[in-house]
Amino acid sequence: MNVNLVKRTLAAVVATGALALGMGAAQAEEVKAGFVYVGPIGDHGWSYRHDIGRQAIEAALGDNATTSYVESVPEGADAERVIRQLAQTGHNLIFTTSFGFMNPTVKVAKQFPNVKFEHATGYKRDANVSTYAARFYEGRYVAGVIAGKMTKSNIVGYVGSFPIPEVVRGINSFMLGAWSVNPDVKVKIVWANTWYDPGKEGDAAKALIDQGADIMVQHTDSPAPLQVAENRGIVGFGQASDMIKFAPKAQLTAIVDHWDEYYVARAKAVMDGTWESTDTWGGIDSGMVDMAPYTNMPDDVKALAEETEAKIASGEIHPFAGPIYDQAGELRIKEGEDATDEMLLGMDWYIKGIDAELPK
Amino acid sequence: MDWLIPLILTVITASTPLLLASTGELITEKSGVLNLGVEGMMLVGAISGFAVTATSGSAILGILAAIIAGMLMSLIFAFLTLTLMANQVATGLALTIFGVGFSALVGSGFVGFAIEPLPGLHIPLLTDIPLVGEILFGQDFLVYLSIVMVIAVGFFLSRTRGGLILKAVGDSHHSAHAIGYSVIKIRYMATMFGGAMAGLAGAYLSLSYTPMWAENMTAGRGWIALALVVFATWRPGRLLAGAYMFGLISVLQLHAQSAGVHVPSQFMSMLPYLATVIVLVIISSDRAKIRLNAPACIGQAFRPAQ
Repeated sequence: MNVNLVKRTLAAVVATGALALGMGAAQAEEVKAGFVYVGPIGDHGWSYRHDIGRQAIEAALGDNATTSYVESVPEGADAERVIRQLAQTGHNLIFTTSFGFMNPTVKVAKQFPNVKFEHATGYKRDANVSTYAARFYEGRYVAGVIAGKMTKSNIVGYVGSFPIPEVVRGINSFMLGAWSVNPDVKVKIVWANTWYDPGKEGDAAKALIDQGADIMVQHTDSPAPLQVAENRGIVGFGQASDMIKFAPKAQLTAIVDHWDEYYVARAKAVMDGTWESTDTWGGIDSGMVDMAPYTNMPDDVKALAEETEAKIASGEIHPFAGPIYDQAGELRIKEGEDATDEMLLGMDWYIKGIDAELPK
Repeated sequence: MDWLIPLILTVITASTPLLLASTGELITEKSGVLNLGVEGMMLVGAISGFAVTATSGSAILGILAAIIAGMLMSLIFAFLTLTLMANQVATGLALTIFGVGFSALVGSGFVGFAIEPLPGLHIPLLTDIPLVGEILFGQDFLVYLSIVMVIAVGFFLSRTRGGLILKAVGDSHHSAHAIGYSVIKIRYMATMFGGAMAGLAGAYLSLSYTPMWAENMTAGRGWIALALVVFATWRPGRLLAGAYMFGLISVLQLHAQSAGVHVPSQFMSMLPYLATVIVLVIISSDRAKIRLNAPACIGQAFRPAQ
């Protein structure tokens, strides 16, 4: 861990140094967007997708926008330095793309009232700080519907990272989707207790397949579980980005983080002077949650998946529509109501029917 | 018994990279050199093996590239610590940090590439034997190589003249020097053997275990390999047992979870490390035995007397 920290720190220091050298004075009407990533762009997942969004700004605004980024910034004291460095070097729009950047972002924002800040997955806002996140659970509901149709053993293998609300919400949503078409589906969950360890994620997937799972779902960051699915001849879902290259015969679809439109819109707003502090939690309808092409499934399942996706986008289906009970049998969401955002954000309970104990 | 065979197969793949890397480090340490750069050498081996396999289409070339890359990394270490006499601990740590960054730099163009995993052995009849067939005759060749190497190293250390010389250099470099052995040259070779094996372990990760390249994909296995050498008290037989025990526990906890055993998953994730600590404590209780096998000059720079 220490080594990793040192490496990240070095990377951050080198990158900020380079930024300081490369950046000239600010120009008022042009957008100069800076990005702070928690991981390397090469993670083929979270940070990679944010960088795709950054490139979209350059493509859409052409000469009116320049962008720069600092990758592998640890969540801690370094983050504040990196963010301040970006603000001092003439950036007028700064995206900080990890939950742990919340406090440094708000702190630096107070010192630079003319710079606009966009913080991903947080909840602290200010006059010049917006927050944004994506409703990935909507995509997991669609995946659940597909899994319910595709499974023969009626056992789904789920590789989890950590039992936090984001992941628990995903499991619940997935199973609600699966049960909507096939009430006999069971889920086996293995917690890898890591976001990123290809070998361990792959071993977890193997264990699940050995226990009879014929659908692989993951909420960890590397393509390893899906790759194991490919090698073992079962099917599964990609995570964060389209992983079809790793599993041409196994990927059914992938829940893709898609920040492009949001980033371009926010950059344009800065350009036009219409930028305001907002709180965005975008789902399939906003395009933030994107489903990779539906592959390796019969046409009727594909049609059902597309229909489900469209209905979620239109609001006809809400994955967490009541009545929903928790494992203890307590009614959590009443009939005729949908889960509130507050409830979704703090979800730390499994829905009724999941035969597993949630680690605390 | 249905679960047993797949479990064993998974354990073999989880243990092999640990065994490969720690076998190399064992020889390095036996010569009196402590190279903490195993993680970095593995990563550079992993990306070299992957990059060459992905561009040339030949896994054999990839594996050779990984071995050479690991050796070059260890050569940097050897030059700094043996010729320039830099501190071994600091240099080893620096080598790991360098390897993490360097492999990420080289690998940035290879993220998202997919390759075919190394093919498993298939001997008609033998591989098809029920139960044990696939375990004994269905692995890829790096698995067999890891076993052969640890046995060969055991034989080399205990049964050959070369092994005796290596141990002499590691136990008392001044005595070895006095009777005419080139301490520095022998340590160079031992260090490079360690590098080659670490490179091979990296290649196993990126070509067979999870056939892809991703930054930092070793995820700490180099450090476990280092711990295993101490855990085995520098004895190849125990190294083999230790690597497989570590692989077994780490895989068993995943199987237990998916089988629905209600034990906190955080506790299960901790188990392999807990087991390592416990075994270390048991082994260390007999200090004489450790002294018997531990290279006495480990980590010390050698300056020939005038």
